[in-house]
Amino acid sequence: MAKIEDYIPIVGESVINDLRLLADRLKGRLVQHINSTAVGGGVAEILNRMVPLLNELGVNTKWDVIKGGEQFFEVTKKFHNVLHGRIENITKQDFDIFMEASNYNINNLETYGDIVFVHDPQPIALINKKKDNKWIWRCHVDVSNPYEVVWDFLMNFIIKYDSAVFSAPSFSRKLSIRQFLISPSIDPLSDKNKELPQEIIEAVLNKYKIIRNKPIITQISRFDRLKDPVGVIEAYLKVKKHIDCQLVLAGGSASDDPEGLKVLEEVMEKSKLDQDIHILLLPQNDIEVNALQRASDVIIQKSLKEGFGLTVAEALWKKKPVVASNVGGIPLQIKHKYSGLLCHSLDGAAFELKQFLSSPAYAKKMGENGHQHIKDNYLLTRHLREYMLLFLSLFHKEDMVYL
Amino acid sequence: MTEVIKAKEPFRFYTRMHLSELTGLKASNLIQLLELIKRVPGSCIYHHTHRFLQQHQYLSPEPPNDFAYWVTEILGEDELGEKLASIDTVEYTSIHALRQAISITIEGYLEENILAKLRFARSGEEFYFIKSISFIVPTSFVVYDLNSFEEVLKKITMDSIYFHIFEARLRLERKNNDFSNWLENSLGRVKLANEISKLDPYTRTLDGLKNKILELINIYK
Repeated sequence: MAKIEDYIPIVGESVINDLRLLADRLKGRLVQHINSTAVGGGVAEILNRMVPLLNELGVNTKWDVIKGGEQFFEVTKKFHNVLHGRIENITKQDFDIFMEASNYNINNLETYGDIVFVHDPQPIALINKKKDNKWIWRCHVDVSNPYEVVWDFLMNFIIKYDSAVFSAPSFSRKLSIRQFLISPSIDPLSDKNKELPQEIIEAVLNKYKIIRNKPIITQISRFDRLKDPVGVIEAYLKVKKHIDCQLVLAGGSASDDPEGLKVLEEVMEKSKLDQDIHILLLPQNDIEVNALQRASDVIIQKSLKEGFGLTVAEALWKKKPVVASNVGGIPLQIKHKYSGLLCHSLDGAAFELKQFLSSPAYAKKMGENGHQHIKDNYLLTRHLREYMLLFLSLFHKEDMVYL
Repeated sequence: MTEVIKAKEPFRFYTRMHLSELTGLKASNLIQLLELIKRVPGSCIYHHTHRFLQQHQYLSPEPPNDFAYWVTEILGEDELGEKLASIDTVEYTSIHALRQAISITIEGYLEENILAKLRFARSGEEFYFIKSISFIVPTSFVVYDLNSFEEVLKKITMDSIYFHIFEARLRLERKNNDFSNWLENSLGRVKLANEISKLDPYTRTLDGLKNKILELINIYK
């Protein structure tokens, strides 16, 4: 696990010194993170890295996980889907199951932090235990267009918190409590983002029988309709009419997701239209994802909906030109024509892919700008700084805070 | 060897870190944008006229403010975008005055271009108003003369330079940047102070600005 000083060569000593200045101001306060799982998923991934780093900086930080049975997690998955705008039938029984598990956790999980930091809807009802400590609710979900019945149910809890945190401005609503914008981040020292020797990149390409004899366009995403893999193939086929290139669609296995399997079938069918389309069903393998991104000439992220879209940050960090949909947190990462190209349609995506492939110098500049933008704004060190500022904001209500 | 002049008062370098507070307020067209610009807290106006400068410092010179960017890229009103981007922020010494300049620019444009009222942003591409919350922290760097000032300036963070040049002048309404204030009033370096004062920091990268100040110090040392 990386130590805080390992980040100095990447972000500079002054950035780390600033983190230490803030940590000093939080001495004596105990921060308790609570979420629904210790492994798997983006929240656990970020907490696994953040908690040790905060402790190393001197911020006393603990992490607890709620308990819940199969039924509870089925309900929270349904909540997750409808918050993303998908239509599902939510019954009174679902709310009862949610509250039953919540009450169990309220009775059995100790909330001892001076600052209790609750992640996502699953543990949200713990707020009913609030005493005179400070509570933050961190929403990692795209709630720009939620199913109002579930949102209203969650609002009963949200308004009892001291502050809420969202990943993109479009997820914010008028709330009676303070709400902050804190984007997620990538860890430049993780397997997914660290520098790789050329031999490893070549080995991964060989493994998947990808020959670098023509430009590579890649989308890294699970096979999910919201990631629009079929649309990516269609855009690629339009490009292929004019520029000889190849397409890599790589993502996790969808064996436990019936809808995902259906999408994968459609993708496989569509891929028969061109022999240069590589469909890669990757197991969780960060080094391989890293290698594929680094081997690509252009990265595409043609999602129809995104929570934040960290694959964009990962690609930009590797100085790759990126064509991505203007949804969720993507426009925060890409300013159109400054650090990449944003698209709204299949035709737009195809046009922009052609632009990058035919103008390598332009593509290179976009990639370099993108890398700098990610370095300045979306690395783990920025995330740490903002979390510490968030903790401090609980004790200061003014817009200009002198520490 | 020239004698080192000691300042009447030392200069302490501060650094500034910021957090973005969401307001839940959004605009879909120019009328809504104008109405909200007139009534949102000053910290919102500050955020949207300075965020780009910090987040995209490598793209300068002439980084657009958020209003100009949105009006151009989302509403497609290039002419208004250009007018907003060219508002000379350095001419204003208060957020109140800057807010007025932005409002007057949009009002004037709407009077001449009635059809502009009919342009709406797509869903999800609205202008979201955000407040900038600043946390100001003293650093350990305190200097008494020009040489030490120069040495610290070389190694201090961009956040610190940002605070003393932009935030102090406009947001804290000190009328001038902190460096010029100190150089003139505590060190008696009037010419150097004036030269730094005259710089338009909005047309440079933060790094370029730092180098320019160091260059001026060398000339006037």
